[in-house]
Amino acid sequence: MSSFGEPIGSSVTAADSPAVAEPTVGPGPDEAKVIRREHLALLLRSKTFIAGALILGFWIVCAIFGNLIAPDDPLRTNPVAALQAPSSAHLFGTDTLGRDVLSRVLVGARDILIVAPLATLLATAMGTLLGLVTGYFRGFVDDSLGRLIDAILAVPVVIVGLLSMVALGPSTVTVIFVIAVVFTPVIARTVRAAVLSEVQYEYVAAARLRNERAPYILFGEILPNVMGPVLVEFTVRLGYAIFTIATLSFLGFGIQPPAPDWGLQIYQHYGLISGGYWWPVLFPALAIASLVIGVNLLSDGISQAFER
Amino acid sequence: MSATAPEPTAVQTAPALELRDLEVAYRVRGVWREVLRGVTLSIARNEAYGLVGESGCGKSTAAFAALRYLPRNGRVMSGSILVDGEDLLSMNESQVRQLRVSKVSMVYQNPTAALNPSIRIGDQVAEVYALADGGSDGSDERAREMLSKVQIADPASVMRRYPHQLSGGMNQRVVIAMALATNPSLLILDEPTTGLDATVEGEVLDLIKTLREEFETSLLFITHNLGVMAKMCERMGVLYAGRLVEEGPVADVFDRPSHPYTVGLLRCIPRGGVRKDKETLDTIPGFLPQLGADLPACVFADRCGLAEDICRQQEPPFHRVSEGHCSRCHFYDRAHTLPRTTGAPPVLGESARQEPVLQARGVQKTFHQEGHAIHALNDVEFALKEGETLGLVGESGSGKTTLARLLIGLSPPDEGSVVELDGAQLAPTVSKRERDQVRALQIVFQNPDSALNRRFSIHRILGRALTMLTGQRGEEREEHLRQLAHSVRFDVRLIGARPAQLSGGLKQRVAIARAFAGDPRIVVCDEPTSALDVSVQAAILNLLVELQAKQKVAYLFISHDLGVVRYLSDRIAVLYLGRLMELGPADQVFESPQHPYTEALASAVPTAEGTERERIRLVGEIPSAASPPSGCVFHTRCPRYIGDVCKTEEPELKEVEPGHFWRCHYSAEQLRELQKTPPKPRV
Repeated sequence: MSSFGEPIGSSVTAADSPAVAEPTVGPGPDEAKVIRREHLALLLRSKTFIAGALILGFWIVCAIFGNLIAPDDPLRTNPVAALQAPSSAHLFGTDTLGRDVLSRVLVGARDILIVAPLATLLATAMGTLLGLVTGYFRGFVDDSLGRLIDAILAVPVVIVGLLSMVALGPSTVTVIFVIAVVFTPVIARTVRAAVLSEVQYEYVAAARLRNERAPYILFGEILPNVMGPVLVEFTVRLGYAIFTIATLSFLGFGIQPPAPDWGLQIYQHYGLISGGYWWPVLFPALAIASLVIGVNLLSDGISQAFER
Repeated sequence: MSATAPEPTAVQTAPALELRDLEVAYRVRGVWREVLRGVTLSIARNEAYGLVGESGCGKSTAAFAALRYLPRNGRVMSGSILVDGEDLLSMNESQVRQLRVSKVSMVYQNPTAALNPSIRIGDQVAEVYALADGGSDGSDERAREMLSKVQIADPASVMRRYPHQLSGGMNQRVVIAMALATNPSLLILDEPTTGLDATVEGEVLDLIKTLREEFETSLLFITHNLGVMAKMCERMGVLYAGRLVEEGPVADVFDRPSHPYTVGLLRCIPRGGVRKDKETLDTIPGFLPQLGADLPACVFADRCGLAEDICRQQEPPFHRVSEGHCSRCHFYDRAHTLPRTTGAPPVLGESARQEPVLQARGVQKTFHQEGHAIHALNDVEFALKEGETLGLVGESGSGKTTLARLLIGLSPPDEGSVVELDGAQLAPTVSKRERDQVRALQIVFQNPDSALNRRFSIHRILGRALTMLTGQRGEEREEHLRQLAHSVRFDVRLIGARPAQLSGGLKQRVAIARAFAGDPRIVVCDEPTSALDVSVQAAILNLLVELQAKQKVAYLFISHDLGVVRYLSDRIAVLYLGRLMELGPADQVFESPQHPYTEALASAVPTAEGTERERIRLVGEIPSAASPPSGCVFHTRCPRYIGDVCKTEEPELKEVEPGHFWRCHYSAEQLRELQKTPPKPRV
């Protein structure tokens, strides 16, 4: 048994023991909550964050209730009313098949707001895992995985997309897979850098000195300390993912017709711009831009609040 | 001193710095919190004034205020600051800048952070001249002159280098050169030697002393080290919770401290060769009040053993103790009777076992860097008995920490090194060791902020250690955890807190508790108190002694503070360039005859008594471990250098007296004779 059970020697009085003499050291134990609340207050005071949240919020509402908000069925074709300019009947005009562009833009938020976060989440999970492993083990693991990461980063996204579509067939799942594969190395690098600075702290050595296994050290000890950079990286990558998905759709490798996806709408109509039919292209393009800007404002707000 | 000044005019007789009733506050979370509560002090021309106090007392704030360089959330609430008789607070920005260029300079604690890492030393020093004169003509030449004045041997080559290519001591010289470039009337030094080795610290302090006389500069010297204060300053002020509690000539204050806080501070440090079995260190109970807290009339009343009702009701005036010596205490005349807060030292029983718990023989460690082999440890051997403390001293780069990491299994030693626990060879890395071996050999790291996971509660930190080291779970573990917290005097009510919410001393208690979770046989203490204030350091040292007495644990105690090592250690090992230079009983190592390196090391430490023996200058800096000198590795700097034999032949580690070993060609008798007189300086 341990010898801690013995009473403390009477030779040393309580005065030696500041902890007992005055328990109210430092901030109270619920300081962690206070700090969390302060982060939140900082976020709510940040105009950047609020603006981003409002834009993103608007598109999320559209994604969920799009069919209720939309004035028309986004899939209903009406060849008689094809390519009508914006008017009071169709605020954003109609496309080549006579579908209402406004309805298609509103409902089009759904696909991208499902695919982009899923893809980014997958990339963040894989990137964090890879970053933790390469940052902690260094040496051979780091070198070999590091070269693999370099190799993936060297291949243009579009090529990866094209090859995957050919190999796996075009589908939403393929898009998610492509985005995840392309973004994983970028996130892995950020996390690896954060892990490298964490490993120098002696709590990692202390964990090894009680025979902790590597998985516990990685996920139990280090991961909670790098969650800040991971969260920021997630929001930054989300913006890029939206953009990349739109690009893939525009090239025809992304979300497939007849879904009212924004990139797809631009792809289907951009040839008509020279003929003066700008509205089926401009409005989806503005939608993409506003969503990307919204997400970027949000991520700026978050990183500012966390970096204080 | 002032008599040499030509024709004193009205401005020149004004004090170099005068603070009058200065109140400074910081805005934290929307509330103004007082940091300085009416500080009045005055530094005469050519005077060196020291400011002591624990961290958080407002020392640095006073210094920054004197430059009007407070952080963005800081503000002078009232009072005035006069530099050379000019009111700093009524100046506009450009006048303040002019004043910083011409009259006041500051040297910060961390020289490497004060220099720009991407600009060559020469350009950085020259820039100061260019700024001061408004032109750059001849500024290079003057920079070179200034660098040789701060005793940099080869200024031309140093000027071409970048800060990271120089040692900490060299960088600090460069910073001092920059600070003195414009011949300021006031030089503010904020802990200028805190991060430096004892030998380098001695050099830098000597340098500051010499330069001060040459430049006739007044000094405001901020330090927590009372020994440094005694050596450097003529007058001193003791700051507590933003208030000057005692002020006077240094010798008077040390002789007759007249404020309980000063008395407490002086009792905290191990002085005059006191040892753990003779005396416990006194501590100051309680904590420094938080920034801006409501304080009783006498700011120290809550922690004072002499406090009576009057202390809480009536603010003590600045009583005059003797000429120039004042104390802000109602009972200044009996401050020295402050009752001790700690009792007699615990009885350290002699261990019955004679076989060592830990034995190291022929320990080698080689690092490979860009094709070079760096021998960080070379043929180190020692044994550690049950309940014994072995102190490990040496300059930075001597291999102390390498040895510690190697013993606990964080980095493997070279093939052929022998490290035995109870006679059984230990595996090179911790992951290959048995659980019983792992729990037997633990470490307390230097910095608890880094050693405790900031995301975890104390409960989780200690609980996990118990689970992993003892295999306990559930209620049994909870019970053990409470005992563990109790044994390091950590209030169980704080067990849910996270490290950031605790003071430095409490964090270090947690780190100690973690090391003791598995009832260790040996605990390596790697500078466990160097990040702490003296009063907290005393409490931690007392705790270590108490735990040792109770559990018969052996310590390998690493520290650069020789006073602390001497207080705690039974035996002392001195490392230099990865080699054991001397190993012996603590008293013998600190007395003549001693190895010439130990002699120099010990002489460099400023003592709080002020009765300093003549400091032995070590020539140059510690050589690189990548290309150690031939023969005796110390011969390049040795004050007792014999001759060619030192260059060609490496001395063996020989037993010169019973239990006392050293690595030197001299015998004990020869050195005993030689060390009666200080060595002649080597050229």
